[in-house]
Amino acid sequence: MPELGQVADKVRSKNAGPFWLTIDVFCGSPEAFARIAGGVSTERVAAALKVDPATVKRFDIPALNVIKISLPRPTVQGRHDDRDMHGAGWASVIAELELN
Amino acid sequence: MTRILIPSGALGLDYDREALARGVAMKPDLIAIDGGSTDSGPSYLGRGVSKYARASTKVEWKGLIAAAREAGCPLVIGTAGTCGTDSTVDWLLDITRECLAELYLDARIATLKCQQPAERVLAAMTSGDLLPLAAAPEIDEDLVASCTNIVALAGAEQIAAALDTGADIVIAGRTTDTAIISALPLQRGDHAGGAWHGAKIGECGALCATNPQSGVLLVDFDAQGFTVTPLAEGARATPRTVLAHMLYENSDPFILYEPGGHLDVTGANYSALDDTRVRVEGSAWVPSDTYAVKLEGARIAGYQTILLTTVRDRHYVENIRAWTDDILRKHTVKVADRTGLTAGVDFTCELRLIGVDSTLGALETRDTIPDEVGVLCVITAADQATANEIGKLMNPYLLHHPLTRDEEQPTFAFPFSPAEIDRGPAWEFCLNHVMRLDDPMQAFRLEVVDA
Repeated sequence: MPELGQVADKVRSKNAGPFWLTIDVFCGSPEAFARIAGGVSTERVAAALKVDPATVKRFDIPALNVIKISLPRPTVQGRHDDRDMHGAGWASVIAELELN
Repeated sequence: MTRILIPSGALGLDYDREALARGVAMKPDLIAIDGGSTDSGPSYLGRGVSKYARASTKVEWKGLIAAAREAGCPLVIGTAGTCGTDSTVDWLLDITRECLAELYLDARIATLKCQQPAERVLAAMTSGDLLPLAAAPEIDEDLVASCTNIVALAGAEQIAAALDTGADIVIAGRTTDTAIISALPLQRGDHAGGAWHGAKIGECGALCATNPQSGVLLVDFDAQGFTVTPLAEGARATPRTVLAHMLYENSDPFILYEPGGHLDVTGANYSALDDTRVRVEGSAWVPSDTYAVKLEGARIAGYQTILLTTVRDRHYVENIRAWTDDILRKHTVKVADRTGLTAGVDFTCELRLIGVDSTLGALETRDTIPDEVGVLCVITAADQATANEIGKLMNPYLLHHPLTRDEEQPTFAFPFSPAEIDRGPAWEFCLNHVMRLDDPMQAFRLEVVDA
């Protein structure tokens, strides 16, 4: 099965303020959107990020062929155990998920 | 009708001068630019300093002062100097005086100070007027009192008050990204949902267009909605690029909370007017029952010393995890033995493997063996001297630690002497709360200077 990042145009993660992280999956086409939306459950996203699925907000936006995933930042931005000030690295975790 | 010119997403990122001149010729009612963000981390707010070079800020700001004068309109900056503390407002005020002198111009300047004394925040805690947002950290009185800087995010009301002074230049401390753009259309009675929505779309300049680096953007507000026009050569806005910007740095792509209410764009319609311009109508502003402003605060959570070594020996690279695990065990024992300090209680010490998992840590799934590994040691302790001492106890391990006793003593590559580098304070964001106000200006200070 392909990885999500091989089907999507682009996966981006960013801080949404110091306490939230938001990940945008730009699928690029209705076909890719349907493939990705159906191929990765919110539970699998949460497991890959090692967070409680109940804290993950997911928006499937067909008008943009975008899936947006927002969650409390796994480490608060800039805290001593934070490895990634701008939160861009988390995108790889999602991009490398295998699609069901 | 209100026409607002936005030169770029932030002062310090530079802007396209030709596109700006095009915008000035279109007679804007106001030029608005953002000066800050929390995106670079808590240190800037904690210290009350700008992340951008003074020299860049001055060159760009001087260009905008001249542009606003030519357009005959006010110039507004929000979140001056990255974090919007009183110190960064004063910093930009100094720069403004220098620019005006060099341009042989006079100007009326309004400053909006947004910094909050800890006493006010503590009083709000006591009266039940300090409310946590989702994912807010636990706080108590000591923590609030330990913040070196607390700022409140001003909204459209405070920016409107600053514009009402008749100022040519408004230098605001911390504001929401949108308030500097929405304030004037709201004052003039343009569509409220359109004012906030257009402000959100415009807050990063032309990031909402096909050529995001092009910077300069014009937004026209009116009674029904707003129109977006990117001004750089070849830049185009499409319904898709504009809609996509609602995703940006926003946890919910349809709702945006602001002081005094929230924007709901669920019902917004985006249409192309031509190849470059987009028209948006149908967004809604939903006022709240009470008026509350978001707070940001930063404090010193400890002091750090870091060390870096690079490992190129294949045998050690292949066994890097066993090597660093063994070092951490031995270092923990040695620190306890020599100083009486306990790892995880009195200090933290991490060894991050650059080339292996230093970005993702426990979330890393790949398991390939690189040619070399950088080992970054991060020590956080209560004071700098202690962090440094713990770093000195780590130094010999990162230089010479053998995987087994039978091996010849290895030596790894230290890029620096001394190997232990004092990083100074480790700052942390410690507020994600809103403070209720009886009157929007109650927590803000407006001053007017003729320079």
